[in-house]
Amino acid sequence: MSYSESLSKLLASADASEGCKLAVTSKGRTYVGTMMPHHDFSAPDILVLKLKSGYNIGVRMYGDSEVHVTERPSGRKKGAPPGEPKKGMKKLVLIGTGGTIASYVDYRTGAVQPALSTSEMVNAVPELRDIANIEARVLFSIFSENMNVEHWQTLATAVSEEIDAGADGIIIPHGTDTMGYTAAALSFMLGDVPKPVVLVGAQRSSDRPSSDATGNLMASARFCVDGGRAGVFVVMHDTHGDDSFAVHMGTRVRKMHTSRRDAFRSINAPPVAHIDAEGKIEFSGPGRAVSEGKCVARTGMEKKCVLLQSYPGMDPEIFTQVLLASKGVVIAGSGLGHVNENMIPAIKKAVDSGTVVIITSQCLGGTTNLNVYNTGRDMLSAGAVPVGDMLPETAYVKLMWAIANSADGNGAVEVMKAPLAGETGDRRVA
Amino acid sequence: MDYEMMCGIEIHQQLDTKKLFCSCDTVLCDEGFGAHYRKLRPTTSEMGEIDRAALAQHQRHMGFRYQCCHGASCLVDLDEEPPHDVNKEAMDASLVFSAMLNADITDEIQFMRKIVVDGSNTSGFQRTALVSTGGEVEVNGRRISILSVCLEEDAARKIETKGNEVTYRLDRLGFPLIEVATGPDMRTPEEVMEVAMRLGSLLRATKKVKRGIGTIREDLNISIPGGARIEIKGVQELKMLPDFVRNEVNRQKMLLEVKGILGKRGVKPVVAETVDATDVFRDCPSKVVTTAIKSRGVVLAVKLPGFAGTMNGDSGRLRLGAEMAQRARTHGVKGIFHSDELPNYGIDIEYVDALKEFLGMSSPEDAFVICAAPEATAREALVAAVERANEALEGIPEETRDPLPDGTTKYSRPLPGAARMYPETDVPPTLVTEEKVAEIRASMPEFPEEIEKRLVEQYGINAQQAHQMLRESNYELFEKLAGTYRALSSAAATTLTNTYSELEREGITAADIPDAAMIETFGMLSHNKFAKEALPDIIREVFKGSSPQAAVSKLGLEAVEEDEAAKIVASIVREREEFVRSRGMEAVGPLMGPVMAALRGKIDGKAANEILAKEISKLIG
Repeated sequence: MSYSESLSKLLASADASEGCKLAVTSKGRTYVGTMMPHHDFSAPDILVLKLKSGYNIGVRMYGDSEVHVTERPSGRKKGAPPGEPKKGMKKLVLIGTGGTIASYVDYRTGAVQPALSTSEMVNAVPELRDIANIEARVLFSIFSENMNVEHWQTLATAVSEEIDAGADGIIIPHGTDTMGYTAAALSFMLGDVPKPVVLVGAQRSSDRPSSDATGNLMASARFCVDGGRAGVFVVMHDTHGDDSFAVHMGTRVRKMHTSRRDAFRSINAPPVAHIDAEGKIEFSGPGRAVSEGKCVARTGMEKKCVLLQSYPGMDPEIFTQVLLASKGVVIAGSGLGHVNENMIPAIKKAVDSGTVVIITSQCLGGTTNLNVYNTGRDMLSAGAVPVGDMLPETAYVKLMWAIANSADGNGAVEVMKAPLAGETGDRRVA
Repeated sequence: MDYEMMCGIEIHQQLDTKKLFCSCDTVLCDEGFGAHYRKLRPTTSEMGEIDRAALAQHQRHMGFRYQCCHGASCLVDLDEEPPHDVNKEAMDASLVFSAMLNADITDEIQFMRKIVVDGSNTSGFQRTALVSTGGEVEVNGRRISILSVCLEEDAARKIETKGNEVTYRLDRLGFPLIEVATGPDMRTPEEVMEVAMRLGSLLRATKKVKRGIGTIREDLNISIPGGARIEIKGVQELKMLPDFVRNEVNRQKMLLEVKGILGKRGVKPVVAETVDATDVFRDCPSKVVTTAIKSRGVVLAVKLPGFAGTMNGDSGRLRLGAEMAQRARTHGVKGIFHSDELPNYGIDIEYVDALKEFLGMSSPEDAFVICAAPEATAREALVAAVERANEALEGIPEETRDPLPDGTTKYSRPLPGAARMYPETDVPPTLVTEEKVAEIRASMPEFPEEIEKRLVEQYGINAQQAHQMLRESNYELFEKLAGTYRALSSAAATTLTNTYSELEREGITAADIPDAAMIETFGMLSHNKFAKEALPDIIREVFKGSSPQAAVSKLGLEAVEEDEAAKIVASIVREREEFVRSRGMEAVGPLMGPVMAALRGKIDGKAANEILAKEISKLIG
């Protein structure tokens, strides 16, 4: 909620703005404090002041309340510029996308601000410089729920530029909500990327002493420097504690909890590696080694794709149009990949009209199999394409990429079936 | 200056609700499970930078492990889930309490994050909100100002410290606390306790507070003219408040005296240059010294010109040495020795003299301090001790001190600077409407004096008893007892006042007996299962852990039926027939002794008296 009209006027006439020291008189009480940002949920007639004690209070303002500015804020000082690169250390490039991991708190106003400059970003975790020479580049500054396809494309291009310019690894601080999608998108767009590209987030914002941002960033940097693995990865906490981290394959990872530090989990595959508090890396299996060479970004994406979840009573009347209007559809079916049999004619109609219909499972764990039950066999007959144990979100991103990078629908189906970036596998062990 | 001391208090009172920001119960658990490892990190400063030195030190030193508790901790406590909305009952209690102090209630209450990186909060900050300011409380005719009432969350409980790791249990984290701070308005040690008691009874009058040891903690801010502000943190025993104040005033006076002595001698600050004096003590039998040398430690010494007699002087009254030792101990040594306390502790005069010669001490006013430990530790400890000695030249250093069971205190840490706080954006602000304030003021709880008055009127007890029960804050139990067993009102009042006081002198804290046991006891009394004279004995047994039922049978106090009692009395009368016949009805008085000896606790005195009179009149016809 913003200020009421009368309070806005009062503040304007006193030329009061955030950070100013104010003397406020309201209903016979006088307060002296620093003007703070209006909380989103504050009432419109409330003025928030930071008192000398450090406490914020909301003061109710009336028509006859008075405001005087007693002191104006001085400008915020910029952080020190990063030092000269050290010889013999690898070069890592941080590409900022926003999210709380790359923000800091402005103690003057209490607001959490995105880090806007490269030095601000690196200064937030100065220990990174003990591991590698760090360069930073702020690409955008958005919350991850606001990411869209163009952001993935810009990001993939930036990554390939930096790798071609000599980066030994790329670290991408990213909001956690859609980090899994971005990781999948980069995995397909960057193909055989010769260096490690690590997406990293924080479940507790960087302005808190208990933030997981530092630990995750440090683990990411260590993985880039010491891991020797190329590919697109996500590095986050592996447990509640700050003493173990997991490296996930970018196509296998999913946010599985709204708030825990260990929210990210590899599904249908073990994490690529675990990293302990001292930075020791233990791989769970072999992988692609880093190499020299150029990085090619194939960023084409077909945006006319949808991701649906089947549910009991799913009404074909609503969805037939959606299916027909899309170039590609991913359905997270129930169980082995099923949809309500009422939906099967709609699927057939869509496939016949050229829509690629991909089937995954909303169980997440385990593989799809449409041979076991009648419904499944009917779905196959209708032209639906199951994609094994691929995550629905990964399948969705891959489908956009596959359609854009294939001559036709059949080509896209072939791409969908072929594992390109570890997104699906034949073996699942107990 | 027309006063001897200034003291303000800060009271932290736990509330008896669910936790402040989640739905966990506020109970303490005997066991915790899990040991989740965390680090806390000083966050970026106003400049957006981190002090690297501070950071390095921090990382070298600290790691924390957190134990969870069934029912009493959840993901919120583990900092794995955002805080829920503030507990309404707790918020209301803080508003009601503010109104009782006639304080200005904040129009819109905003929770803040107060940075605390000692691990006691998993988040690295304590959530706290300023609920009201500018209240007052009247105690014995004096007005004591109330600076603030805050609503905040309690910290996790420290279980153990091992090396660089501290283990905390999460059960206590998030208990709602009301923090009330007075102005520095108290002028005598007794007044400090009176104000604390008054605030305590007002808090209890809200009926939302927890009871028992550890549920209320007091911080004292004490200074004397010419002294400095000293904070004593976390006193739990209310009755010891005057002792802490008195001892602190004396300590500050003593330090001013030491300053005077040192000033008169023209003592200059000492440079903390340690000298290795291990060779001097090579053959010294002192256990501390031999242990240190055996484990490849050293004996370091520093000369303190002019300090003789101030570290332990005037028959132990001047005690700068104790202050120095407390500082030294914060650097990981068991202690230090200074020249005022030697020879002693197995260090004979020959070693003292040898060291004096070694250090080139000539003046009788010169002193020394030594420390036997691994070299780096010993040096750090001595530097800290010397620093403290030098501070004595200036006067009294501002400090936070920990209370000790004997009413004295020990050094804890320097007084913290202004707290760093920033908004807790996860918790929406609480708007306190004018209607809400009016509603609170219209339905205020009974004030302690109103309760006293009502108890007198309602239960017919005397004012003194009512007053004492309010002070001891067991009137709620009284109302439960007297409300159920109206006829026993007077017995209940006597028990909770006189009897409890007596038992307390014996070291029995009857207040710890669960209310349910007392209610059961009075229930039995109301059914004449024993006589009320037996109450103290039964309470003693119940305190030891017996059920009231078991206590009665254990003490052989089962009440006797009237005819059985009559039989016993009749036999007593018969045994003394001659005496009875000679005295007639006047024999009742003298015979009450033997009768009560036989029936004490089994039948009450009045009934015994009646039976005795009846039996005597039967005998003499």
